[in-house]
Amino acid sequence: MLELLSNIPELATLASHATHGHGAEGAAAGAAEAAHAVGAAIAGSGNKLFLLIPLLPLLSMALCGLYWAFGVKSKLPAWTTVGLLGASFGLTILAYFEIAAPGVTQIVHGFRWIGIDLSPHQEGGLELIANFGLYLDSLTILWMLFVTGLATLIALYASEYMAHDVGPGYCRFFFAFSLFVFAMSALVMGDNLLMLYLGWEGVGLCSYLLIGYFFTKPSAVAAAKKAFIMNRIGDLGLAIGIMMTFVQFGTIEYAGIFEQVDAIRASGGELPFAVKAIPLLLMVGAFGKSAQLPLYTWLPDAMEGPTPVSALIHAATMVTAGVYLIARTYPLYTLNPTALVIVAWVGGLTALLAATIGMAQYDIKRIMAYSTVSQLGYMFLGLGVLSSAGAAFHVFTHAFFKATLFLCCGAVMHGFAGQLDLRKLSGVWGMKGWRIVSVAMLIGCLNLAGFPLTAGYFSKDMILAEAFVTPGFAVLGWIALITAGLTAYYTFRVWFRVFMGPGEFEPGDEHHGDAEDEMTAEDGHDNHAGHGGHGGSSFHPHPPKWAINTVLAILAVGSLAVVGVYFIDTEHHGWVGGLVHDSTAHYESPFVHHGAAAHEIAGAHGAEASGAELAPGTFLGFDPHEALFFASGIIGAIGILIAAFLHGPTGFGGLFIGARTEAATSRADGLKRTFAPVGKWAERKWYVDELYDFLFRIPLWVLAHICYLFDRFIIDGIVDGLAKTPRGVGSGLRPSQNGLLQSYAVGMAGGLAFILLVIWVVL
Amino acid sequence: MMAFGADAFFSALTLGQTGFEPMAGVTLYHYLFVSAAMMAIGVVGFLSRRNLIIMFLCTELMFQGAALALIAFGRLHLNHSGEVFVIIVLTVAAAEAALALGLVVYLFRRKETLDSLAWAELKG
Repeated sequence: MLELLSNIPELATLASHATHGHGAEGAAAGAAEAAHAVGAAIAGSGNKLFLLIPLLPLLSMALCGLYWAFGVKSKLPAWTTVGLLGASFGLTILAYFEIAAPGVTQIVHGFRWIGIDLSPHQEGGLELIANFGLYLDSLTILWMLFVTGLATLIALYASEYMAHDVGPGYCRFFFAFSLFVFAMSALVMGDNLLMLYLGWEGVGLCSYLLIGYFFTKPSAVAAAKKAFIMNRIGDLGLAIGIMMTFVQFGTIEYAGIFEQVDAIRASGGELPFAVKAIPLLLMVGAFGKSAQLPLYTWLPDAMEGPTPVSALIHAATMVTAGVYLIARTYPLYTLNPTALVIVAWVGGLTALLAATIGMAQYDIKRIMAYSTVSQLGYMFLGLGVLSSAGAAFHVFTHAFFKATLFLCCGAVMHGFAGQLDLRKLSGVWGMKGWRIVSVAMLIGCLNLAGFPLTAGYFSKDMILAEAFVTPGFAVLGWIALITAGLTAYYTFRVWFRVFMGPGEFEPGDEHHGDAEDEMTAEDGHDNHAGHGGHGGSSFHPHPPKWAINTVLAILAVGSLAVVGVYFIDTEHHGWVGGLVHDSTAHYESPFVHHGAAAHEIAGAHGAEASGAELAPGTFLGFDPHEALFFASGIIGAIGILIAAFLHGPTGFGGLFIGARTEAATSRADGLKRTFAPVGKWAERKWYVDELYDFLFRIPLWVLAHICYLFDRFIIDGIVDGLAKTPRGVGSGLRPSQNGLLQSYAVGMAGGLAFILLVIWVVL
Repeated sequence: MMAFGADAFFSALTLGQTGFEPMAGVTLYHYLFVSAAMMAIGVVGFLSRRNLIIMFLCTELMFQGAALALIAFGRLHLNHSGEVFVIIVLTVAAAEAALALGLVVYLFRRKETLDSLAWAELKG
């Protein structure tokens, strides 16, 4: 142990050697250096007010816990949560004007959380420091803006959505909801990797708690466990990555790490493998949390949770934590181009695979889940092709339109007694009271499909263009472009099936995610008058009330308005690009300004790096930045038209090319028969779950049973054998104890006679 | 004095050396034989009978057989230790007889029989 400890300073010395002695300086000096590196000034002591941004949700959590303990049976938890999260959002806006707008970086010190002196007998020795502190730069603020903003809106939505469960369940829901926002804030705002890890595990816990919200339903429990376990696999990588970071850099605070990375980059030279391995390890954590290949299968199952949870945690915020992690530690990634190549390929392939699965699903919430996986793939592709601005912009727009889409699906599910099958719903647009939901859904669909001039269109194009610009990634560019077409198809498949066409529906059995809804409705809760009948004849869909409608309207307008930020600060590809440019996630793409890194990236990808200058890639001979605007627009439109042709109703609702006249059947059924097995495979998610079962679950099951048999027969055999020996001896001797007085007497007399005989013989 | 063989010793020290000899010729052997016979009858009776009172009487018979041997040896050695011991044995036997008969009465009340087979409940 002592030896191990004494080794660590040596490693740290090595690291500081590599960075020309910049290694073991104080945090303040490190902060100053890092600030110099990103061309901004760090305010010495940050504004302590911003500590309230994570602490207000924590207070909300404590209050909801108290309500829970005192058995509050009103909507009080919802209003508490909405109020405190709203205050948190307000403070974030304040932080935006203080930090992100002028482009400065603040480090706010809260309190010393962990401080372990690893070399106590040495002045200025190695110390593991993890403060409860905030690292506030424009990237942090960008993330916090949509995390707290959407959390507030979705809490408002949930106040109505969860209304059937008022009581302990309601308190429990908002308890976990507030805890989630606290954990997410800690993840995003923490000034060191350990605080990020705290938040990382915290959001994982909340995800588990909320997926398993309907804990009496076996499928929800299974989904919660699946999400938790798959995330642990990723988290192992993250944990090792953080340890490696400490061993290599002697600190886990961002400021110190970035300073050293800058020094390393300035000095050049060969890096030890251990440093290069750090991004590879962090990446594993990102893949788990953001549902990328090969760890994506938990996210679609996570739809078992209540829909507001799906919207906030599993679409808008938590799943972007992986993107944030890579963006935050982008300086480390620039040290190892191979890591970025892997990120790009994983992202691109995930996008394509998830899109193909999404095309064949019938559960609209699951379609949205696969589209989330697919869009997260785009974000990773963006990070991989050095377009961190594109990735961040896509995170930002996606947060809006995917939250809108999920909340619309939730409203439909809520109103039609849990029905989510697109074959059993049709023509919601024409029904009374559903117009706001329908319009919001259309806006969300247009964004997701990348319809020209929507926010989703611009953010996706930034990534697509960078993929074509960066040499060696053209294949991924094409994959992403095809995926864009598939995305448009499956998005509008939902639209044309569920919202257009003749008004038909078949109410759900309330067992899909709202199992408890039915019970409370039958208990006579007045707010669910429409839920009365479940036979179908007396069922009336109940359209959403003001809370859901307000939130949907705000989000839909927001999704449309986000496009505006693309035209602010055009120098950096929009407002988001500007924010990323001011942060450490910024990395000058070498294909705009040719540099040494270009060779590294290209070399890592196997392209020829011998040329003195590497030309930026092109899209069929055109400049990708311009050509892609047209190409992706056309591809998206083709996808929408195919969806209209296959699933659209007759007349205007199907753009005059559809032919569907009832809910259950469409032209796609014939097409599906033609390509018989393929559609089936896609519907069964390419059997990936079954493959994982075969590769991991079954071998583990067999191993477990072998262990069981070993335990049962070998271990237990020995123990039982020891116990059985006296029992066997006993059962052999037992007949002698026959209870007959005379036979005992015979024994005595016989024994005496025997002893006498022996004595007589011996003497 | 003859050689100190056991046979000679027993034959010499008959029980009639005190002058008055109404049973001259009765040696230790006779006493021991009676003692052994009482013992044997007691054992055989104890083993072969199932009536609890008879069995108890048989144990008494064995007691007295042993007591007789003690008295005979005491007389042989011309001291009183044998007799003293027998007095103690008789005292104990009396107490034991009271206890044992009491037990037998209670056992009889429980099962209305004196058959010892009726009390085989502790068999393994």
